[in-house]
Amino acid sequence: MTTKNVAHHGSGRARRGLSKATIYGILTLYTLLAIGPIALIVMNSFKTRRAIFDSPFSLPNSETFSLKGYETVWDRADFPRYFFNSFTVTVLAVGLVVVFGAAAAYALAEYRFTGNTFLTLFLAVGVMIPIRLGTVSILKLMVSLHLVNTLWALILVYTAMGIPLAVFILAQFFRQVPRDLKDAARIDGAGEYRVFALALPLVRPGLAAVAVFTMLPVWNDLWFPLILAPGESTKTVTLGVQVFLGQFVSDWQAVLAALTLAAIPILLLYVIFSKQMLSGITEGAVK
Amino acid sequence: MTSASTTTDVVRGISARRWRFPRHVAVFLAPALLVYTAFMVYPLLDSLRLSLYSDEGAFVGLANLRELLPGGSLSSSFWNALGNNLVFFAFHFIVQNPVGLLLAVLLTQHLLKRGKGTYRTLIFSPTVLSVVIVGFIWQLILSPLWGVVSTPLLGLTSTALPTLSLMSVWQFVGIPMMFFYAVLVGIPEDLIEAARVDGANGWKIFWKIIFPLLLPMLGIISIITYIANLNAFDLIYSVQGALAGPEFSTDIMGTLFYRSFFGFQLQSGSTAMGATVATAMFVVILLGVLVYLFGWAKRVETYEL
Repeated sequence: MTTKNVAHHGSGRARRGLSKATIYGILTLYTLLAIGPIALIVMNSFKTRRAIFDSPFSLPNSETFSLKGYETVWDRADFPRYFFNSFTVTVLAVGLVVVFGAAAAYALAEYRFTGNTFLTLFLAVGVMIPIRLGTVSILKLMVSLHLVNTLWALILVYTAMGIPLAVFILAQFFRQVPRDLKDAARIDGAGEYRVFALALPLVRPGLAAVAVFTMLPVWNDLWFPLILAPGESTKTVTLGVQVFLGQFVSDWQAVLAALTLAAIPILLLYVIFSKQMLSGITEGAVK
Repeated sequence: MTSASTTTDVVRGISARRWRFPRHVAVFLAPALLVYTAFMVYPLLDSLRLSLYSDEGAFVGLANLRELLPGGSLSSSFWNALGNNLVFFAFHFIVQNPVGLLLAVLLTQHLLKRGKGTYRTLIFSPTVLSVVIVGFIWQLILSPLWGVVSTPLLGLTSTALPTLSLMSVWQFVGIPMMFFYAVLVGIPEDLIEAARVDGANGWKIFWKIIFPLLLPMLGIISIITYIANLNAFDLIYSVQGALAGPEFSTDIMGTLFYRSFFGFQLQSGSTAMGATVATAMFVVILLGVLVYLFGWAKRVETYEL
């Protein structure tokens, strides 16, 4: 018994291969590589021009602290408006994707009707093909609808872009809603819309995953704002930052401040919701 | 009696629902299908159609596409961009997958008691940032002006593309990490324990049991990355501009598409050539998807756990 135990422990150590120190060591090093560059930018955005170049790796102190970069950004670019535009586009596009996507996913998962398979495949194609390939015609379409340089152009394109994956993910979730529950509601006289309303809260994790998957590419996109809404009044944060940085390349304080301003809100949101987001990705990956 | 008849009614109701196209189904489907068809499917098909016409609207068949083939006016740009794009993907495939897997394996070690969530959150954080921000962050850090790195990595034709590729890998490594992590935590403990009892060591357990279970996910990650890479634009445009310098050494399909459509400096823009480059991108993506479906997904075994 004793020998067996000893043998077990002995081989146990050999089996593990990785020591605790190695695991923590590699993870810590990689974490520094991941957040170091971001921290470097944020840190230096609060320093004087001289300090940025003389001692890039030290924290700002009372002598080197400066907000001049932020003043330049405030004077020269309309960041509140860019944020408002990005916020409007993202909230509306995500909202429409979730609502339209959930309704369509429910129909495909719940009812067997003529054309179900065809429609499922029709939507699945959109998961694989990037919408950017249709840009030439999207621009023509937006010109003819007089939507160029409006936020609606972006909202409509992003809604179309998000729907296929949303339907795909939500249909999986709706299939897991117990049939008895829905049939019980039907026996009680609930109409089909009411049954849908009952099933909806049961797929909340799916709705959250879809919202996350849809939100980031919309907020971060440069391509469509650049092509469909490059006007000053419709610029999103991503495009606004890109244009600003292009103009102020040599003003390092301003560039660092603009980068920090653009990065911090999304990082804060991420830190607050990271648990939900990462579990959404994990669930989405397995499905 | 009453309840029995109600039940049959419901059952009949359900089976009746199966074969018609009732109005509520149409109501559920209509908004999603309308927006998707009008702003995604129609433009994609219309772009394919436009590649067969000249800018003046005359039908020219495959003449536009021939401009991309050897001897055509866009041929050298096209093959340069395609080659660069495949190099861009190769960097992702070769670097992103092993690093992501290593991190995922480390995150699932039992010896890792504290900080698992923190490590995951922090390592994933660059992924949530805009590509534009990531591009500029690295552009500043790599700038010889700042002196953190003395070689102008982004300014040399030999190093610019690898540098940009690695910047992108740095940003997105969190995705394979999380996807592999999802598979790893789903592998039943019993399976590993059984192999251990049979005398397999850690290395053997990884290659003989865990790795085969990861292969389907490796395929999925790779095809997602391939499609995203062929569609990339924001990074190159932000860091190197629409001309994808130096000397087009970082030109990829997305930047070529942009220039062909809108024109840039000496090159004039063209709807027809924009649509043609988009069609070529579509073909290249389709080839990749076919390779994945028939070369990979068919051969790699998926195990139900």
